[in-house]
Amino acid sequence: MFGVPAGNPETKTTSYKVVVPFYIYASLSFLVACVLLFTSKDVFLGHYFQPRILAITHTMALGWATMMILGASHQMVPVLIEGKLYSEKLAYVSFILAAIGIPLLVYSFYVFDMQAPAKWGGRLVVLSFLAYLINMAKSIMKGKSKNIHAVFVFTSVFWLLITTLFGLLLVYNFTTPLVNKDSIHYLTLHAHAGIVGWFLLLVIGIASRLIPMFLISKYTNAKLLWIIFYLINTAVLLYILIFYNDFGIKGIAFIPGVLVLFAVALFIYYCRQAYIQRLRKQIDEPMKISLLSVAMLLLPVLLLFIIIGLLYFTAGDKINLILGYGFLTFFGWLTAIILGMTFKTLPFIVWNKVYHHRAALGKTPSPRDMFNHPVIKVMGISYLAGFIFFVVGILASCIVLLNAGSILLILTAILYNWNVFKVINHKAVIQ
Amino acid sequence: MNVVSNISVKCDIALVGLKDVYDPEIGLNVVDLGLIYEIEFEEEEKKTICNMTLTSQFCPMGESIVENVRQSLQTSFPDYSIEVNLTFEPPWDYERISESGREFLNG
Repeated sequence: MFGVPAGNPETKTTSYKVVVPFYIYASLSFLVACVLLFTSKDVFLGHYFQPRILAITHTMALGWATMMILGASHQMVPVLIEGKLYSEKLAYVSFILAAIGIPLLVYSFYVFDMQAPAKWGGRLVVLSFLAYLINMAKSIMKGKSKNIHAVFVFTSVFWLLITTLFGLLLVYNFTTPLVNKDSIHYLTLHAHAGIVGWFLLLVIGIASRLIPMFLISKYTNAKLLWIIFYLINTAVLLYILIFYNDFGIKGIAFIPGVLVLFAVALFIYYCRQAYIQRLRKQIDEPMKISLLSVAMLLLPVLLLFIIIGLLYFTAGDKINLILGYGFLTFFGWLTAIILGMTFKTLPFIVWNKVYHHRAALGKTPSPRDMFNHPVIKVMGISYLAGFIFFVVGILASCIVLLNAGSILLILTAILYNWNVFKVINHKAVIQ
Repeated sequence: MNVVSNISVKCDIALVGLKDVYDPEIGLNVVDLGLIYEIEFEEEEKKTICNMTLTSQFCPMGESIVENVRQSLQTSFPDYSIEVNLTFEPPWDYERISESGREFLNG
């Protein structure tokens, strides 16, 4: 048993300076999205294709979920691939381009002006994700371990780039016709490449590593993860194919949904096995919220089946169901997993920064001591209540519930930001 | 928790100190977690060599843990030079967690 001298630690992990700006940006975006939700609640009584709904969706999808995932993955991918991040400079470039591009895009949607700000916003976001794709690809190629989690990450980033390129094309299509139908027609294609190809694939890829790790569980099942990987990618590819040609087969649109449902069910099974085989019996609040998000994955998929079924077999618009589906995706499982995982990742990043050279000087707080647990608990309750109120408000077209739901979600965002900034501003405490 | 050593008395002293070095995520010390494989003492050269592992090769907290192990050993043996080596052969697994470590996790 021979070891190698433990090298300079700072050469291995990604600097907190790269990661923390993504977390700050994402946290503030969540607050902005919740405020927009409150000020725009009345539009949830109408059609889903409305400027303010587009603005909220892109604040949530890009500013909140994608920026958070980008930040966390710059820290997590080196762990997954047992290597170093290829370039911290490229990570800064990704951040700056997206940080400028996203508000331009959101503003353009809000005022529904698809001229220069929208085009520049779209261009910057595409360039940002291209830089991120290059960084991830180079890191994975240089990493020691080409495991299933890395494959999930790389493939999901590929879908992210496809989604944003297609989104940019749709922005241009508003002013200069580039495709044979209007942009609204292609909205579902753009949305599902992003929701399933990017978010679902990436969340499963990273969560399948993090959840057993944080539960201290022996459970691993690469074979099952490969099956999930193929199911999701086949679903996205098939969806694109069916979008252009349904081959005259009635009910064919169900097939991608069925594949995604299988994938989600298998992922829930995977998490359940990890939970059963865990060594750590006590589950903390952030982990409870993260596990809840796994179960919440089923909600939009089941609602999607209802929507497809109703569209096939009944007449009329299913507008509130479609609005509900979007809300369940962005404010549901995606938000829940971020709310939970933030406090399983950010405190460690800041702890490493604050205590790396100080830990041996005396007893230090643990990362879980760096945020306020009662606040997390209240945040969890207000989130769940706000989420349920708003979903029911959409489905029942009830402004009172929409109002109550959005107020509770603003409270959630305030409490979340309070704890995030508490962690980021943590000063060394050594006993 | 089987730590190999050529001088068991000194090894016990080292382990007492190392029980104050924690994995910040798990909240368990490195000894009960089974991260310490071997502590050798070279008396003529006044040198302590510790071979240890991490729960994962690129554990984000690993660097802090290694540094703390180094400083703990230096505190226990101020007259010795300290060498901490990382090894992933054999890789760490859950079976290395001590009985008291398991009780802590079950608590």
